[in-house]
Amino acid sequence: MDKQTSRREFLAAGLLAGLAVGCSDKNPFAPGDDTVKASGEKVKLLSVDGEIIEVDKAFLKPVPDMPQVTNAQERLGIAGKSFVMVIDLSRCKNLRKCQSACNHMHNVHPGQNWIKVHQMKDADHTAPYWQPSTCMHCDSPPCVKVCPVDATFKRQDGIVLIDNNRCIGCRFCMAACPYSTRVFNWEEPAEEDKSLAEKPHDSCESSLPQKKGTVGKCDFCPDMTRMGMLPHCVSACPNGVFMFGDMNEDSVTNGSETFRFSELVKDKAGYRLMEDLGTNPRVYYLPPVSRNFPFENGLENDNDKNAKY
Amino acid sequence: MIWTGVLIAICLVGAYGYYRQLTKGLVVTNMRDYVSWGIYISNFVFFVAISLVGSLITAILRLANVRWSTPLTRIAEIIAVSAIVFASIIIIVDMGRPERFVNLFVYGRLQSPIIWDVVVIGTYFFISCFLLYFPLLPDLKILIANKNKQPKWMSWMYRFMGSFWKGTVSQFKMSHKAITILCIMIIPVAFAIHTVTSWLFATTYRPGWDSTNFGAYFISGAFLVGAGGVVVAMYVFRKFYRLEKYITEMHFEKMGRVVVLLALLYLYFNINEYLIPAFKMKKPEEAHLTNLFAGEFAPVFWFAILVGMIFPIFILLFKKGRKPLPMFIVGCMVVVGAWFKRYLIVTPTLLHPFLPMDNAPENFKHYFPSWEEWAIAMGSLAGALLVITFFARIFPIVPIHETIEEDETKS
Repeated sequence: MDKQTSRREFLAAGLLAGLAVGCSDKNPFAPGDDTVKASGEKVKLLSVDGEIIEVDKAFLKPVPDMPQVTNAQERLGIAGKSFVMVIDLSRCKNLRKCQSACNHMHNVHPGQNWIKVHQMKDADHTAPYWQPSTCMHCDSPPCVKVCPVDATFKRQDGIVLIDNNRCIGCRFCMAACPYSTRVFNWEEPAEEDKSLAEKPHDSCESSLPQKKGTVGKCDFCPDMTRMGMLPHCVSACPNGVFMFGDMNEDSVTNGSETFRFSELVKDKAGYRLMEDLGTNPRVYYLPPVSRNFPFENGLENDNDKNAKY
Repeated sequence: MIWTGVLIAICLVGAYGYYRQLTKGLVVTNMRDYVSWGIYISNFVFFVAISLVGSLITAILRLANVRWSTPLTRIAEIIAVSAIVFASIIIIVDMGRPERFVNLFVYGRLQSPIIWDVVVIGTYFFISCFLLYFPLLPDLKILIANKNKQPKWMSWMYRFMGSFWKGTVSQFKMSHKAITILCIMIIPVAFAIHTVTSWLFATTYRPGWDSTNFGAYFISGAFLVGAGGVVVAMYVFRKFYRLEKYITEMHFEKMGRVVVLLALLYLYFNINEYLIPAFKMKKPEEAHLTNLFAGEFAPVFWFAILVGMIFPIFILLFKKGRKPLPMFIVGCMVVVGAWFKRYLIVTPTLLHPFLPMDNAPENFKHYFPSWEEWAIAMGSLAGALLVITFFARIFPIVPIHETIEEDETKS
């Protein structure tokens, strides 16, 4: 733990070059083991105190650009954040780019989806519309309430995550979730794509690797937000349907446009799903009015019937 | 012998099914993301239900000073113990990661109804075992005394289990006291095991489960299926062990009255459970209820209602219906109807989620158990019967000492 924090502070303060030193506790530049011999070639670095210092190149070791977060930190969440999502139904035409990006980046089993795009029609004479649904990251999450082993938990930044190293696979959370958002790894997960190699592994934040016999679901991509980047569905959507942000900053963005969250939800009469259940979701929907596309445009992408498992 | 062989064979097929499930994952079942609980869970509910009979026959009737049930106590108690053991086994079978079972104790959250179930089922198991064991002690003494009539290993086991029992007055006093305390203790625990099991469903929002009626509904159904199970066992043991002298027509007559009362009670809760939501037809309930009444599940639903409740009530209202053979048939009807009833409680609800079942393969939207599921479920039922069979071969299935005592006080 100690070692990890010291390395982190050091990184934050000084290492603009993206290099760090295999460090010991006090002086990060003292060679940790005597087997490394100085090469004589010096590199200039900015120290924590803002001074330029010279270090022998042989003592520098490359490390990944972000330190691995411990399980305890993952369970706690990112301090000072309160993540929120707004889904604008007037922009969705069932392209499902969100879905394919999400499935790919989380190695979701073929046939299953974390994001589902529902074809909705509330009553006989009301208009149909497309409704992408993610995990609602409820503030009163029914799934977390019923988990017997604290494998699914609520973090201080609002995200509901699953620790698939702890999940016993009882599937009570799946029964408890009214949004049917959770999926189960019924069999050994498919082999991971090489492009996922750089994601943190054995981590609740990336949900990787997927594990047989455990539950999975939309995680709001906290591994991305930790790096200051948007969740995969948000950046994959060409129509800007998904807006993601922080309630404390009162702003949400889809990458190209940024809105004040409170004003957006107020102006466009935002709502949440199944408000009457008291689950307090963190996902807000903007109603499908003044649509960018006619509903029918989405039908050609509706290939549910061809899906195989 | 054929009976035992068949049971062992079914168990072995079930074990092979479970081996396949362990190596390939739960994919060998036909459960998928929507129907994430299938016949394993309904079988679990069935086992917990049937095990409640131990508390009914041994504890409730005993405390109410009903004496005719004494020869039936051991049958009821061994059904209770073996059912609760297989309830625990089947719930582990349902887990995606059975090797992480220990997490329940390492990371257990008392807020979760599953932990409540672990606690009360564990407690119920131990109380039931004691209630089986303590009244057995005087019988063991009788068995030890007749040691030349048994194989060596049997008398060795009787001595191991009960040689400390000398039958002194103080020992009897202690044992009576212990049994009374256990009888009182087991009643709230029995109510708890099945109420908590009903809460596994009732604590969710789903139509068909989101009901305040569920605890009482489950308990009444449990007493019914348990009593039905005892009737079946009574008939079989009476026939094969020639116990006509001890399990008499009077016992069937009395048990018939118990069963008809329980069936009426269960019917009452069923009316509450189905007709009141059907009166309102709230939108999410509507899809679920019409599916039960007239849709895909209608044949099973009406089978469970008619065969599990209505027909038994009509048969048992007549004196001729309470003779041993009709009672045996009624008992079978009640038990089979109850098994399907549990299936109907678990599965159809899961096929009616709040949001439409979109973006999922076609086979996610239906459920019929795979052969592995059938094999494992039937294997667990066979296993429970096997435990009862072996118990009856080794120990007296009618409590000897208590029955003698009963007869003496009568005369």
